[in-house]
Amino acid sequence: MITEAVTEKLAVLADAAKYDVSCASSGSNRRNVKKGLGNGVACGICHSFTEDGRCVSLLKILMTNYCIYDCAYCINRRTNDRPRATFTVKELVDLTINFYRRNYIEGLFLSSGVIKNPDHTMERMVQVAKDLRIKENYYGYIHLKAIPGASPDLIQEAGFYADRLSVNIEIPTEQQLMRLAPEKNYKCIMNPMVQIKDGIIANKEERRKYKKAPMFAPAGQSTQLIVGASPETDRQIINLSSQLYQRQRLKRVYFSGYLPVNEYDKRLPAINKPPLVRENRLYQSDWLMRFYGFKADDILDEKHPFLDLNIDPKLAYAIRNPQLYPIDINKADYELILRIPGIGVQSAKKIIYARRFRKLNTEHLKRIGVVLKRAKYFITCNELPLRIHGFAPDILKNRIIAENRTNRNIADLQLSLFAKIHHVLPPVH
Amino acid sequence: MIQIFTYNNTFEGFLTVVFECYKRGAYPVDIRSKNRLQRNIFGEYVYIESDPSKAERVWKGLRERMPGKNHDLPFYAFLSEDDGIEMKIFRFIKRIFSGQFDADTDFSDPDVSFLNQVAKKVKFEGMRMLQFVRFQRTKEDLYFCGIEPRYDVIPLAINHYKRRFVNQKWIIYDLKRDYGIFYDLNETQEIVLTQKRFNELNGAVQDNLLEEGEAFYQQLWKTYFKNVNIAERKNLRLQRQHLPQRFWKYLTEMQP
Ligand code: SF4
Repeated sequence: MITEAVTEKLAVLADAAKYDVSCASSGSNRRNVKKGLGNGVACGICHSFTEDGRCVSLLKILMTNYCIYDCAYCINRRTNDRPRATFTVKELVDLTINFYRRNYIEGLFLSSGVIKNPDHTMERMVQVAKDLRIKENYYGYIHLKAIPGASPDLIQEAGFYADRLSVNIEIPTEQQLMRLAPEKNYKCIMNPMVQIKDGIIANKEERRKYKKAPMFAPAGQSTQLIVGASPETDRQIINLSSQLYQRQRLKRVYFSGYLPVNEYDKRLPAINKPPLVRENRLYQSDWLMRFYGFKADDILDEKHPFLDLNIDPKLAYAIRNPQLYPIDINKADYELILRIPGIGVQSAKKIIYARRFRKLNTEHLKRIGVVLKRAKYFITCNELPLRIHGFAPDILKNRIIAENRTNRNIADLQLSLFAKIHHVLPPVH
Repeated sequence: MIQIFTYNNTFEGFLTVVFECYKRGAYPVDIRSKNRLQRNIFGEYVYIESDPSKAERVWKGLRERMPGKNHDLPFYAFLSEDDGIEMKIFRFIKRIFSGQFDADTDFSDPDVSFLNQVAKKVKFEGMRMLQFVRFQRTKEDLYFCGIEPRYDVIPLAINHYKRRFVNQKWIIYDLKRDYGIFYDLNETQEIVLTQKRFNELNGAVQDNLLEEGEAFYQQLWKTYFKNVNIAERKNLRLQRQHLPQRFWKYLTEMQP
């Protein structure tokens, strides 16, 4: 049975874990067999939302916030004088099970500061996952952080208990990483990432042959990049994340606007607020690459190393490439329709279906859910005049900004991405 | 005389009406639940008795003709209880039976677009039953939750909870419609609790019935929830958008 002291630890270690932005519980269909507890739901489920509007899906927690390292951007670095705590394996197992049974969470996301050495830390984390799976017969979601520098054996073992693994890169270039975290290096981050990727590919192959082969990280791996703690350009960040998707087959790259936690460290920029708008624009770019068929080069090029903070990257693309527009709603391919500002994936699909029944006009487009206020400059349909030719790119841009100025906080848009809710329900009959 | 068909407010009853319309070759001016009748001096109300086998035939016919994952569209739209939804569904079903098997994707048609919109709302509410159910553990080792969805969607969540919590007994109770689903480690069944030993407004079980550790885990969950928040990013509007205020009273973490 767990005791009062746990409350204290929970407060400290939840607070210390909140800087990791990943909360996804998606991508795993782990089935409940042998009358155990829990299962995976591929679309993920958000169980609550904190005051910052972020989704709470997993019990996101550190095993300990003691750390032998001193990374400049991290609140848990050894130089900081703050309350420290460490959970036992048993306490973490008990918390997960009891939160899960009450439907508070989809599962556990366990990360940790480094105690003694990477292997010692990783071993205890793996023990938590192992106890959950084997002793508790638990089939809910587990996301484990791979500790940079942990041995390949431990990473391998972790993959067989976890649904998702992640290694955080944090600082987007090696040069800057060396400056801010001299005790780490790119190798100790990239090695486990490559190992996990290879493990996942090999496992898929094996499971094709033997259906009963145990799963290895079925929900894939992810990473996180801190934005604004070091001077990299958006282009560098986007190119890196695009490579990570392609070469490392990552499921997600998260961006975390740097929160000024260690103001005393002069290696860090002096800012007083996290760069939320920039973070938002990066997520939008990420979205364009993952779901809209954009390449990194479509979003930024040598002449434009930073994202425009005033307009979203899709609109910026359209304004930079006026020769592509207007696009004919009734004829254009799906890929082109996706390039129209104001038309999302859902609307684009609906347009493709709907136009088989009749030629579409603006009334129809409204019914389908297109944001005409935005799209009207970039389309032709049955009756719309060609608006874009009337405006020079800069004038058009300012016009759209003016039209869309509302009292909404821009950061909202980004955050709603975290909480993307999918409509997936169990069958009814 | 203009005929208005009425039914018992269930989906089965409604499908029976559809069956009868075809059988009688009648095109009704309106189909209404007997719970939502309007005074109509020109019309004659004809009550159609619900018949499972007739309903089943319509439903099977629909499923065969709508192979995609959208075959539940009429059902979800029906659950919206939107005033006048019956005729919209009826017209849609007629299109399907007349051979337009892909009518569900005719998104620029007013009926289809409307059905898709309300169906989406219903599914969203169903999703919320997966998100916002909070169980309290009782001394009898039963996990209880009382909640009040906008539509009658708790049944949509049964399979999910049956799969997930195979080895614990649970009840999810609709406080407004006064019925719930009970899982007894084998089977689920619909139940009505005549003796309410919980707060009928927020579903909180009486203290003396709760398992010993319950209050402590609730406290731990609140502690977690409070500490995982990032104050510098405060955005209450966004929180409210995802976590509608009408659910707050059922959520452990939102209690003081
Ligand atoms: S190793 Fe991790 S926990 Fe330790 S200081 Fe660096 S970032 Fe922080």
